[in-house]
Order: sequence, then structure tokens, then C-alpha cells
Amino acid sequence: MSDISADTVRHLAHLARIDLSDDEVAHLTDELRVIVDNIAKVGEVATPDVPATSHPIPLSNVYREDVVADVLTQEQALSGAPEANDGRFTVSAILGEEQ
Amino acid sequence: MSKAKLMDFEKALELFEPVIGLEVHVELNTKTKMFSSAPNEFGSEPNTNLTPVCLGLPGSLPVVNAQAVRYSISLGLALGCEISPSSVFARKNYFYPDMAKNYQISQYDKPIAENGSVEIELANGRVVHVPIERAHMEEDAGKLTHVGGSTGRIQGAEYSLVDYNRAGVPLVEIVTRPVFGGEADTPAIASAYVSTIRDIVIALGISDARMDRGNLRCDANVSLRPRGTEKLGTRTETKNVNSLRSVERAVRYEIQRQAAILADGGSILQETRHWHEDTGATSAGRPKSDADDYRYFPEPDLAPVEPSRELIEELRAQLPEHPTLRRRRLKAEWGFSDLEFQDIVNSGLLTEVETTVAIGVEPQAARKWWTGEIARIANERGVDAGSLITPANLAKVVALVDEGTLNDKLARVVIGAVIDGEGEPSAIVQARGLAIVSDDGALIEAIDAALASQPDVLEKIREGKVQAAGAVIGAVMKAMGGQADAARVRELVLERASQ
Amino acid sequence: MASEIIDLTAAELATKLAAKELSAEDATKAHLDRISEVDSDVRAFLAINEHALSTAREIDARRASGEKLGELAGVPLAVKDVLVTTDMPTTSGSKILEGWMSPYDATVVARCRQADLVPLGKTNMDEFAMGSSTEHSAYGPTRNPWNLDRIPGGSGGGSAAAVAAFEAPFALGSDTGGSIRQPAHVTGTVGFKPTYGAVSRYGAIALASSLDQVGPCSRTVLDSALLHDVIAGHDHHDSTSLTDQWPSMAAAAREGARAENLKGLRVGVVKQIQGDGFQQGVRDGFAKTLELLVAAGAEIVEIDAPHFEYAVAAYYLILPAEASSNLAKFDSVRFGLRVTPAGGGTVEDVMSATREAGFGPEVKRRIILGTYALSAGYYDAYYGSAQKVRTLIQRDFDAAFTQADILISPTAPTTAFAFGEKTKDPLEMYLNDVTTIPANLAGIPAMSIPVDVAAEDGLPVGLQLMAPARADDRLYRVSATIERMLEEAAGMPFYARAPKTPAKGGAK
Ligand SMILES: [Mg+2]
Ligand SMILES: [Zn+2]
Repeated sequence: MSDISADTVRHLAHLARIDLSDDEVAHLTDELRVIVDNIAKVGEVATPDVPATSHPIPLSNVYREDVVADVLTQEQALSGAPEANDGRFTVSAILGEEQ
Repeated sequence: MSKAKLMDFEKALELFEPVIGLEVHVELNTKTKMFSSAPNEFGSEPNTNLTPVCLGLPGSLPVVNAQAVRYSISLGLALGCEISPSSVFARKNYFYPDMAKNYQISQYDKPIAENGSVEIELANGRVVHVPIERAHMEEDAGKLTHVGGSTGRIQGAEYSLVDYNRAGVPLVEIVTRPVFGGEADTPAIASAYVSTIRDIVIALGISDARMDRGNLRCDANVSLRPRGTEKLGTRTETKNVNSLRSVERAVRYEIQRQAAILADGGSILQETRHWHEDTGATSAGRPKSDADDYRYFPEPDLAPVEPSRELIEELRAQLPEHPTLRRRRLKAEWGFSDLEFQDIVNSGLLTEVETTVAIGVEPQAARKWWTGEIARIANERGVDAGSLITPANLAKVVALVDEGTLNDKLARVVIGAVIDGEGEPSAIVQARGLAIVSDDGALIEAIDAALASQPDVLEKIREGKVQAAGAVIGAVMKAMGGQADAARVRELVLERASQ
Repeated sequence: MASEIIDLTAAELATKLAAKELSAEDATKAHLDRISEVDSDVRAFLAINEHALSTAREIDARRASGEKLGELAGVPLAVKDVLVTTDMPTTSGSKILEGWMSPYDATVVARCRQADLVPLGKTNMDEFAMGSSTEHSAYGPTRNPWNLDRIPGGSGGGSAAAVAAFEAPFALGSDTGGSIRQPAHVTGTVGFKPTYGAVSRYGAIALASSLDQVGPCSRTVLDSALLHDVIAGHDHHDSTSLTDQWPSMAAAAREGARAENLKGLRVGVVKQIQGDGFQQGVRDGFAKTLELLVAAGAEIVEIDAPHFEYAVAAYYLILPAEASSNLAKFDSVRFGLRVTPAGGGTVEDVMSATREAGFGPEVKRRIILGTYALSAGYYDAYYGSAQKVRTLIQRDFDAAFTQADILISPTAPTTAFAFGEKTKDPLEMYLNDVTTIPANLAGIPAMSIPVDVAAEDGLPVGLQLMAPARADDRLYRVSATIERMLEEAAGMPFYARAPKTPAKGGAK
């Protein structure tokens, strides 16, 4: 059985920035337990000798030459913004520290 | 911000051994960004250097800049690293408004370069090998401006504005292994290391390396362990240390701060701290904890970087001279004494002096101006001297001195004006009318007036007491507003007095 | 006249347009009229292109002036709302993007415009392509034209239903775990998921980057092949885009349609994705198709793919993990919805409130699941292991393709199910994708063509065909032959059996 608790779901929701209601947390806790118990079976065959595949068709060294293209105007860049000022996107106060 | 208790530095070293680790972010000066074809330019109008990729618009996809990869390999090689035959981009997931996608494309378990070493030389001549753990490619974030509140800082701001022009600028993050055995030199090692990295990237031509513009940024990890113990102490990571002198000061400050806490029986909190240039102190930032769960996974939108042996060897063959070798060579070429040369190295001005000499300025003159007047102004303003004036402009000032248009005093005025943005040296000389008065007629007029008003001095000179001429020379220089060649004035004073 | 126009396939429309027997304006108008007529019932479209008629008129004018136009110039097209467009809003079926106008076109959309196709509108889908029924669209479900009480499949239910209801001759879809093929199966249409990297993903709003692939939906094999030729090919905006020179899929389809039989073709039947658990009508349809193939000279080979039973589990780790990261950009800062909590709040509060309000339950479920699968301490057990399963499934396919030229299976375990039937149990909904998921995990091409109508409910049944990576043309060739044989047997194309008036409660 998976170790998913309501607190796990709340922590995950915080990491994912979704303000779940208590009701949603309760539902998701139950659903996630069932789903995770079912998908955990990947561990049965994923032995250390099997390499991981992250890309279905492996490619390497896919590059772009260092040439300017596809530049948006400031107007285009801001066109979808919920709020903008002085050519910049406006967001609410940031509590905490700059990364 | 309450002032932290600090222990005397020497005392701190008696009780504890300082260990540092440095993370340097280098912005590459490619034409376009790391994963998008948007211009990589400083100082543009906000949100104009963007493609859908930089804004993380729905449906947009990253594509790696070939030039950024070549630059990163060159840098890795210059740091003495092994270049990975297969390095992989990964997503580092965290929400922050300056990160358009809310994940940073970086490298995680497979960086492009690993296991290097950088030789640095301190002002006191000590040579230290700083071990490099890794160097990896990643993208920069946008810029936030905090509006409202009293300080303009993040705390207390009413709202913030985001400019994504910097978002996606190519970065190489260079991470050292812990540096042991620095002892009292530890702060100097930190700044000499950053200075050497700066010299390397400038020599490679891959970064503008201007710390004042954030092209080169240093995070300093500092921990202390009590003398005679093995286990590393808890470290703090000081961010935002953006000049060479701040690096040294911040490390010294953290050693003194942590020593005071530990000596009092307290414990160090693992946290990020912020350096404040104005107060010369660090302040507590975000505590590091398990909550920093970045959920790294291989970037599915990008393919691995697998440089061929040939490419790596081609780039290796193009590497510039190692900074330490370069220093030895330059010292010999310029014929400087140990003291003169260390003065330059210590101020982190080697490249500036070298560039200035390359333009044609005498080494002694270049040294004098950079480590003298320019360093003095930089010190006064708390910035790096290299950011104040270009070698080309300094060379023009020196040329004006050499041709006799300026004396040293006037040259200082011109340098100050160039730094204050008044324009080009000859334009400033013109605009301010600063040139030396080389017209003997005007000088003679002033000399005759001065001699006439000081008949006793005139008498002494005529009696052969030549040193008495100083008073007259001073008066003439004053009358000319300093814009005269003192040697010529002296000549003329003696000449007029004997008539 | 109008009903004749909408009955035409894209290939037939193209022929008439080129011969100037029909104008692009009339072709477009006929389809817009059809949309007005039936879409209040079907609800395939989220937005109609106001510029469709003027675009069509421009194409007519250019043709009249003697300009040499592309083969498909003037043919109308429906576009799944997962693809960003500059002239219509793009929502990906989510409230969080309601009304959003993209400043750029998806590469596939740009290529369709370049080929002078006429975009009619944007089609409905499960929110961010998460679902198999279109019930997870924030804008309400699309209904199956064969029976309006049944789901049209998902996530691309809108594109499939639009094509099945003759609202468009063909459409663009996207397929992450079956989102083109399963809707094709339940609506009696053709859907093709190309080899991963054959078609650009630039401008396709990402669900799971390593699984997503854009592809065509249509009523005939040839029409999908024609659209495939327009959208496929290298795009430097997508680092996973292949640089292959592709053969013409339309040529392959035409060649297949002319083929006398299937002699020498080795057809693999994968043991793990057929059989007892599948609905009777689906099994019957599959069995009949097998008989047909044998009669046409194909050699049937039984294939054992032992790791396919882990495919759904691996998929529901990889997809949510990648999706949780891909959907992080919907944060209220640069585009889309912004919800500010009562009394204001920090940027973090605003982001969290916006994502709570803007995402539907399935999206939240998968984001939370994906966040869990990637989080520290769980990565190896979940995401890392799922990627290993992916390797094992690829090896199963590699082994299978040494024994068979193509693989076949029923496209889905059941015919179109009723609304609400599987929404209560997410796991049951997930298991519905058991047949289609392996192809996405392996990156190989796969398609669905309609083969039968189930006796028990009168609803369409599809056949899934799979080929090795890069052998997309092989699928068009073989499926066109099968399509022709079925048409000969039935005396009419499959789509002619679709109800002309979308059927209300029309289950037998
Ligand atoms: Mg760091
Ligand atoms: Zn970094």
C-alpha cells in the first residue's frame, strides 16, 4: 500500500501551487492511493540492468545556430497579460526571497 | 536588520577552520539566448528581447544554441575539466514569477564538464589549486522590480513588475568542491578565484564578465569547523555578491559571524543569506530545507549534448594561455617589481592593464592610472574599477598627457569626467577647456606679475637661492588654474628672474 | 448542393476545387452551414473562424488569377484546440486559457495555411488533452454523432466528431496515449498517430512532451494521408523533430488502394491487447477483420509482448510527471486566467488560487500524481522505473517487428460508452487506453480505421494498426487496402453508414 496521506496531498498541492479545498484533498487522497497502488507495479520489471528511456526516438546534438529570429514585439509579448505596467508584467507582492 | 555579533577575525581562525565552496554563474555573450533565438542583449526596453520560448508561451519549445555549447565546452576545458561524452538537460521545477515556465532548464546528474582544477595566485604570492566539481549549462531568469514600500526592496513592496529580457540568457554555473586549508587567506582565495574565473572567461571571449551588470555572479558557501574536528560544519550560502571586493568581504564577514555564534554555543542555520554592499553585512534569507524539492527530470524537449572528440580537441587547441602562466609572462614583459605587479593582481585589474598596454600605453603608465586614480574612485563608489572606464578611453587620456596637452592633475579631472559619462576624453578637454597653457606669452605675463608682487623672492633667486622659485611657480600655477606645465613654468621663472 | 459538398472527402473536394467545379467559398460555406445545423447537438467546435469565408474567397481569387495552388487549396479543415492559432482563441479545453489569443501559429497550422487549407474552427477536447471521453473539457462534452448520448472519445473527441458529423472533411488532432485513435474508433473515422518526431510539436500545447504527437483525423485513409503530407517534415523549432525525408503518405495510400491483395504481409496479433476483457462487438469486428486479412493472403502471427501489461502503469507515471511540469506555466503572470483571493495576497497566493479555479478535477489529479512521481525519494521507484518499462516495451516491439510487418489490435476495448459511465472511477478510464498507449511509449506510428458496427449497440468499431518507427507509409498502404476491401464487401464506404442526422438516443 502506498503511504499517501492527506498531508502528502497538501504538500504536493503546495509544490504544484494549487489551493485545494479540504474536500478535494480528501478525494484526491483516496484516488491517489488506488492509482499509485496500481501503477507501482512498474517496479516489478524495472530491474537495475534495464536502461531508462526518456526519448522514444533517440537523437543527440540538436542545435540552432546563434542567429536572432522569431522576436515578438513588446505589445505581442504583453498581449495576453492579466495585468501590465510600463512594458512589464505586473504581479502581486512577492513574499520571501529572490531566487 | 539587527546587527550581528562578529568575532575578531584572528580569534575566529584560532578557534575554527573555515571551509568555502563557490558557485559562479557566468552569462555567455552569445548573440541569442540559450534555448531561444531571442537577442541576448543588455539594456533593451523591457520585454522586447523575447520569442514565445522566453515567455514560456503555450506550445513553445526550446532549441539549444550551438554557440553556447561550444563556449561551455571551452570554459570546461579552461577549468581543467573532463567534458562529458553525453550530457543531459534537466528541468528544475519551482514556481517563481521571474521564471516563465516555472521550471529552469539546467543540467543535473549529467553536466557538460566535471572534475577540474583552477590554479590561483594570491596577492601574497601563495598559489592555491581550487578543485572544480562541475560546470553546467542553464538559462538565466527574468528581472523583477519591486514597487511600493519604503525601501524598494522585496519586503514591503505593493507589487512587482517582471521583465523577461534576461530570461533564457545562457549561463554556465561553475561549482567548486569544498576548499580547505585557506586559513587566514580564505577571503582572499574567494576573491582571487572569482577574479581568475573572470580572467579566464574574458580571455576566452565568451562573456562580458561585468560583475556590475550581473554577467558574473558569485554565491559563496561558508562553513566553520572547530579546530581538530573532521566533520564539516553547517554552511550558509551568501548570494548576491557581485563585486570582487564584496566576495572577499562577505566571506570574511560570514567567518566572523558564524564564529561568534558557534563560540556562544549556538548553531548555524543552513540558509541562504544576502550580502548588502552598503552595510557590509549579510542578512538571513530563505532557510534551506527538504521543501526545496525541485523534482528534476530529464528535459524531454531536448536531446543530449554529445560533442565529438574532434570538436573537443579543436576547442582545446584554441584555448588561451592559463591565467597563472599569463601573469608570469606579463610580469616579465612589463618588467614590474613584485610589489607593482601584485598591486595590479590584487585589484583584479590585470586584464584592464593588459588591454591598455596592448593599445600602446606604457606599462608603468597603465599600472599607475588603473591602480591609482581609477581604483581610488572605484573604492569610493564600491564598484569594480574595470566597470568605470574603458581601456581605450584611458589610453586616450594617457596620449593627451604624453603629447603635453594634459598634466597629471588635469588627466585626473578628465578621467573623472569620463567616468561620470561626460563623453570622450578629447571632447571633455574641449568642452571644459582643460588643456595646458603651452603659450609662453601667457605664462610669461603671469610670471612677471608674480615676480613683481614678490620682490623679496625675486631677490633670493637672483642671489642664487633657486629653491625660492617654488613660491612663484605655485602662484603662477594657481593663476593658470593648474592648466600649465610646471616644469616649463620653472624654466621660464628662472629665465625671467635672471633678466 | 450543400449536402453533396459535405459528403465529399477531402480528396474529392480537392479535385473539384482544382477543376474549378467548386469554389473554396462554397466548400467552406457548406461546412459552416453544416456546423450551424448540427453543432448545437454535436458540440464539436469551441470557436468558429470568422475569417474562414474571406480566406476561402482569397484562395478562389488566386486560383482565378491563374496562380498555381497546392493540391488541397481551398479544402476546409478543423483544428484541435490544443494547437495555437493567431486568428482564433486557443484554450486547450481549459478555463485557465479562456479567450487566450496566441501571438504565433503552431507549425502544423502554419503549414496548413501555407497549403491554403481553410481553418473552419477549433475543436473541443478534454482539458489539456487529459481524458478519453471529452467529458473533461471545461466547456462541456462533445457528443458522438452516432449516438448523442455516447462519448465521442478523447481527448480529441471534437475533431473526430466534427469529421464524423460531416462538419469538416478532415481535422488536426494530437495523440499522447490514443487521443486521435480512440476517438476515431468510437466515431467510425480514421485517425493517425505519426512516428514520434515526424510532425512538429511546436505550438501544440504540451501534455506529455515525450509522448505527444500531432496527426490527422478524417473519414478516409487517403484524406489522412493527404493531411499528413502537409503537416509532416522537419521543423527547426522542435528539437525532437526528425530530419528524415518522408515518402508521400498519399502516394502510399493510393498505392494501397490499388493493391489486389495482401499476399506476403505478415500481420502480428498482440496477445496482450485483445480478447476476453473486450466488448463482444469489438471482438467480433476484430475477428471479422482477421478473416478478411487471411482471405486476402496475409499471414497472421501471434505476438507475445510480455511487458505490455505494464504499459498503462508506466504511462500514468510518465504522463502526469511531464504534465505537472508542462502545466506549471499556467500561473496567471503572462497569459490566461488570474484569480486574486479575497483580500489580495502574495503572488504565490494568486498563483495557487488561479490554478485551483482554472484547472478541472482531472488536471489537478494528474498534476498532483505527477508531482508525487517526481518528488525526492520517489523518483527511482516511479518515474525512473516507468522509463525502464518504456525500454522493455520498445524491446517487445523490436522483437515483434522481426516476426511481423505490422501489428494489429482492436483500437479500444469498448465502443463509445455513455456519458458519466467512467468519470467516477479514474482508474477505469485510464485502463481504457490499454491498447493505444504502447505505441506512444515506443514512439512508433499507429492508426485506427473503422471496420465494423457492433451488433449490440450499433456503434462503430475500429482496427488499430501499428508499424515500426518511420514506417508510417506502410500503415497507409496496408490500411488503404483493407479499407477498399471493406468498402467492396459492404458496397459503400464506411462513413456512408454514419447517421446523417446525429442520432438522439439512437442506440439499437
Ligand atoms: Mg546554486
Ligand atoms: Zn544556477
